[in-house]
Amino acid sequence: MQKAASFILDLELTEKLSLNSQYVLMKFRGVEQFPPIKPGQFAQIRIDGSPTTYLRRPFSINFVDTELNELWILVQIVGDGTKALSKAQVGTQINMILPLGNGFSMPLSNERVLLIGGGVGVAPLLMLGKVLHDQEIPVTFLLGARSASDLLELDLFAEYGMVFTTTEDGSKGEKGYVTQHSLLNTDVFRKIYTCGPKPMMQAVSNYAKHHGIDCEVSLENTMACGIGVCLCCVENTREGHVCVCKDGPVFNTNVLRW
Amino acid sequence: MVDQKVYLKGLELRNPVITASGTFGFGEEFTDFMDLSRIGCIVVKGTTIRHREGNPYPRMAETASGMLNAVGLQNKGVKYFAENIYPRIKDFDTNVLVNVSGSTIEDYVDTAEIIQQLDQIPAIELNISCPNVKQGGMTFGTTTKGASQVVEAVRKVYKKHLMVKLTPNVTDITEIARAVEAAGADSVSLINTLLGMAINAEKRRPVLSTVTGGLSGACVKPIALRMVWQTANAVKIPVIGLGGISSAEDAIEFLLAGASAIQVGTANFIDPAITPKIAAGIVDYCERHGFKSVRELTGALIIDGDGTDCRR
Repeated sequence: MQKAASFILDLELTEKLSLNSQYVLMKFRGVEQFPPIKPGQFAQIRIDGSPTTYLRRPFSINFVDTELNELWILVQIVGDGTKALSKAQVGTQINMILPLGNGFSMPLSNERVLLIGGGVGVAPLLMLGKVLHDQEIPVTFLLGARSASDLLELDLFAEYGMVFTTTEDGSKGEKGYVTQHSLLNTDVFRKIYTCGPKPMMQAVSNYAKHHGIDCEVSLENTMACGIGVCLCCVENTREGHVCVCKDGPVFNTNVLRW
Repeated sequence: MVDQKVYLKGLELRNPVITASGTFGFGEEFTDFMDLSRIGCIVVKGTTIRHREGNPYPRMAETASGMLNAVGLQNKGVKYFAENIYPRIKDFDTNVLVNVSGSTIEDYVDTAEIIQQLDQIPAIELNISCPNVKQGGMTFGTTTKGASQVVEAVRKVYKKHLMVKLTPNVTDITEIARAVEAAGADSVSLINTLLGMAINAEKRRPVLSTVTGGLSGACVKPIALRMVWQTANAVKIPVIGLGGISSAEDAIEFLLAGASAIQVGTANFIDPAITPKIAAGIVDYCERHGFKSVRELTGALIIDGDGTDCRR
């Protein structure tokens, strides 16, 4: 399969929305039209002004607004690099390589699909939900977080499908983990897409396997190059060590050794 | 017009900029970002006689101004390279070199012989300096005897340009350089990565699956520069300098220290379009300083006084 081209671009930070103390939604505008971007693909962002951040940082593409020529990145502040990025001033040019990776594959039929996200892992599911919704595929979101304030972009998700939530402290939705949600006992789905903490994705993968549901996960192994040359971010799959950045980040769980 | 050509014993490069093995894939991964015809040469990923899965994940730890890797020579083996990858990259408008590694002398020899059959590969870079494999690799490159043996054996069968990549994890790199020169190397490239380590204190565990790994990136540059300067003063064959080069200024420093060409490694990860910029920056420097050829930069360092304080 011919891989679509990637580009090194300077994008202007046009808007910064603090979702809570830990999460920032950053919107960027390109001078030219963005290249085609698939849900689940990512950007390698160069972060200036952080001496401890030597390498680029990979971020899922949260959303692409083709009318406004806007690209959204959902940033969880976890270390020096994300802290420095979150402090960038509106109007700054940020250097990115995009789009990278393979992205989610589209379902083969128009039957119901379930998108399960945890924490900042919800990021690629917004764009995926929109694309599926545009293709008239019924979308259900199941989104989990520690607490109500960590559930991100709920109103936006609601535009593209039904939204169910879980929180670990029970402050919103059902109390517990996404895989404990009652929806999974009552409803039938043809395909599951998931992104979030690895234990969550593994639990989702086990659920899907047990019920014979096709399942795709988006991995976030630590990367250096992001373009498939350093071989650092490998996942040990049934096909051996493959690069999460280039052969993923999205994998069908049937190739993983989970 | 600055003459950018560089001649390394039978190997002509259009300019002194080379991409370092393991940081540039097979070149194909970079064609979205840059024009390969703007650089002198690419060195493709380390190749071994048989398929290697490499080390388990995690293989990478970011450090201040650098990174540690413990990839462990993951590759599909030389036959796969010759049959599947070589046909795709042989017509690139630049020199394509193959980095050759092995666990035994026979592995090196057999791999070199297969690569020799590939008409459009004008040279190999013999990797006797990989710190991330249990057998072979760096164990050959840390003694004059081991280094001589493997270079001599490969020299007997390999007739094209033989570049030997040296490890900095030795007491005196010039001894090893002299040994491989005597054993028939056409050039030496240095430095490979420095053996290092990272610990996650919260988890009370090493970051890398292999505990130790190879340090590269801007942080290693002063060490690399010193070793290139020492080596260039110790051998007659061309020295190819690498280690943390991230800009034209860095590259020029290595040329002044005595390198005939330079390699760019980890910087490719941060800016995949860096190498043509470095090539252009070298030309700009030559113009500003009145050098007619980039070859004039090699060893053009001026040391005021006798420099004894730093030599001893």
